[in-house]
Amino acid sequence: MDLSSLQPSVLSYLAVSTLMFVLGMIGVLSRKNGIIIFMCIELMLNAVNLSLVTFSKLHDNATGSMMVFFVMCVAAAEAVVGLSIFIALFRNKLDIDINSVNIFKW
Amino acid sequence: MVTDIMVAFLPFIILLPLIGSIIIGLGGMLFPSFRSQEKLIGAIGTAMVALPFIILVYMTASFEGSAITFKLWSWMRGGDLDISFSYLLDQLSLLMGLIVTGVGSLIHVYSIGYMHGDKGYYKFFAYLNLFIFAMLNLILGDNMVVMFLGWEGVGLCSYLLIGFWYTDMLKAKAAQKAFVANRIGDFALMVAMFLIFTTIHSFSFGEIGAQVEALADYRIWIPLLIFIAATGKSAQIPLFVWLPDAMAGPTPVSALIHAATMVTSGIYLIARVSPLFLAAPEVMLLIGIIACLTALIAALIAIAQNDIKKILAYSTVSQLGFMFMALGVGAFTTAIFHVMTHAFFKACLFLGSGSVIHAMEHVEGVKDPQDIRTMGGLAKHMPSTSKTFWISTLAIAGIPLLSGFFSKDEILASLFFGGYTEPVYWGIWGIALFTAMLTAFYMTRVAYLTFNGMERFPKGARPHESPAVMTAPLWILATLAILGGYLGLPALLHVPHVLNDMWLATEGGIGAEGLISNSVQMVENMHEHHSMEYLLLPLSALIAVGTWFFTRRFYTNNGLGGDKKVQQLFGRLYSVMENKFYIDELYEKTILTPFMLFSKYVVAWVEKNIVDGFVRATYLGVANVGEVFKRLQTGLVQNYLLLVSMGVILVLAYIIFT
Repeated sequence: MDLSSLQPSVLSYLAVSTLMFVLGMIGVLSRKNGIIIFMCIELMLNAVNLSLVTFSKLHDNATGSMMVFFVMCVAAAEAVVGLSIFIALFRNKLDIDINSVNIFKW
Repeated sequence: MVTDIMVAFLPFIILLPLIGSIIIGLGGMLFPSFRSQEKLIGAIGTAMVALPFIILVYMTASFEGSAITFKLWSWMRGGDLDISFSYLLDQLSLLMGLIVTGVGSLIHVYSIGYMHGDKGYYKFFAYLNLFIFAMLNLILGDNMVVMFLGWEGVGLCSYLLIGFWYTDMLKAKAAQKAFVANRIGDFALMVAMFLIFTTIHSFSFGEIGAQVEALADYRIWIPLLIFIAATGKSAQIPLFVWLPDAMAGPTPVSALIHAATMVTSGIYLIARVSPLFLAAPEVMLLIGIIACLTALIAALIAIAQNDIKKILAYSTVSQLGFMFMALGVGAFTTAIFHVMTHAFFKACLFLGSGSVIHAMEHVEGVKDPQDIRTMGGLAKHMPSTSKTFWISTLAIAGIPLLSGFFSKDEILASLFFGGYTEPVYWGIWGIALFTAMLTAFYMTRVAYLTFNGMERFPKGARPHESPAVMTAPLWILATLAILGGYLGLPALLHVPHVLNDMWLATEGGIGAEGLISNSVQMVENMHEHHSMEYLLLPLSALIAVGTWFFTRRFYTNNGLGGDKKVQQLFGRLYSVMENKFYIDELYEKTILTPFMLFSKYVVAWVEKNIVDGFVRATYLGVANVGEVFKRLQTGLVQNYLLLVSMGVILVLAYIIFT
């Protein structure tokens, strides 16, 4: 795809989306606190949502917007499960540093 | 119409014994309280054999002369191969079926009394019913595969029942020996089946009978292999060694499996595929020679034994030899005739010996309840057993007017007439005549030493007669042992030979001229030299009666000391006979020991270094590779995530830039 053919506003939306995604990824890969990592994953998901909406608007096609709702639903469900896992972890270890969860190590 | 009814009943004949076996076996296994219900178990077991017998009697009575095949279901199909559970009802299989289920149900009744109080009571009846199921598959099967399933099934049941009291090491070993000796024969049978299938692409007996010419490439091999299989199952040289040891099983088993039915399956098989054998006179001659040697050697061994069951076992081997001699000369119907009469009198003899052993076990001071040297004079204490045992003894000895005389004389006559074509048969006939004399001698000896003369067990002991549930089958079998022969009266009486002319050799079965076509030449010789029969018949009668009379007087005069005189007569041969011709020792030295040494040194090395080495290399390889790659598992989630991200980036880069 030739980026120069897109409208400037579309380009800026995509730029924000990319930025959010990369920031989220850096957070996931570098932070030790489980909750922060979790929030970073949400950030990545929303970056994807933003680009989906952008393309949906660009092509005048509702499929992308529909997709966003699914992503949101899944993200909500995932938040429930993820947070309960972290609560269970905290009860056992009094800590949510993910490096402390390493019993499958060689 | 009648045929439809027969077809509807057929599955029941096959399946009832199986159902009985499952009910008794599972019932005893799952519900310990069922095990002590001896009457119930015995009733179920007997009914599941008696019902097929009744159905078979009805079928035989309404049989219209043409063979009926009935397919239960298709088992496997693919290409040329089409194997189905189909069964064949013709004159031969009906006759064999009647013998198996008839004698079988009598022996089931007898076992109710004999096995009373045994803690494996339910197991015994489960095995016995399973045996009947397998045996019916063997004789009713329409193709060689179903027959082979039955063949293996009876082998299995024989193994289970010989080793029935498996806590005794000797008995367990006897079971193993029987199993191994049978495997050798089974291997030969399988090779014969493969040869037949690769040539005519069918396992069905009808096809085999019809396509003998197509099998000309393996004219010698197929009959030879089938005969080797028969030597295993039917205890002929060189594989007969297992049968005498098989007497370790309970006596009803010896009567049913190792005398009346299973051991005759080799004879049945050869009669069933008789056209193959008629095309190979060389193999027939070999059968005749091996059979007469077996009969002679077994009879000689029987003279020098003192264990009542051992004597009967060697006598069975010897009588099987007679049947094979008949097969060898091409008198297939005669062999089947002798199978039938032998089933009656030998089952009666074995059950009688069981009754004697049963009584002797309760006499105090008798070390071995099977040793005839500690018996004697039992006729007074056990009238029924004694009378039936004597009747059967006279029948097997060939005393005129009893069944054994007619069938044995027919065999001898066939051998004699076979001699006109191939003089070797005259030699076989001579040996057979001599063996018949020995038979009369050792059978009279065992019966006399057991039931007559002095009481040699401790004084004052009162051996008791067995209960009616055991003596009733004895009387029925003794009656059959008297009457069975009248189905096949000698030709010179000018009365119809019921079994041959009206039943076995009638139209509508395999083979061109009849169900079982006897050797044409032999039959022609018989017609040509018809007058010789006037000589042969009195000769065999005279030998039997003379030997019986002489033996009886000999042992009356000498008592147990008679054995000493026999020993003097035979000289050094006697100790050879006593030690069973050292055949077990010979096999031990020539086969077993080299095999053991080979296993110990050569095979053990291969096993340890090559087979085990391969296995060790496999697991060591896996372990070492794992040792290297396990470092990837750092336990840090973010390491894994980093790798995943890098992978995604690489894939994306590949998609975008190529």
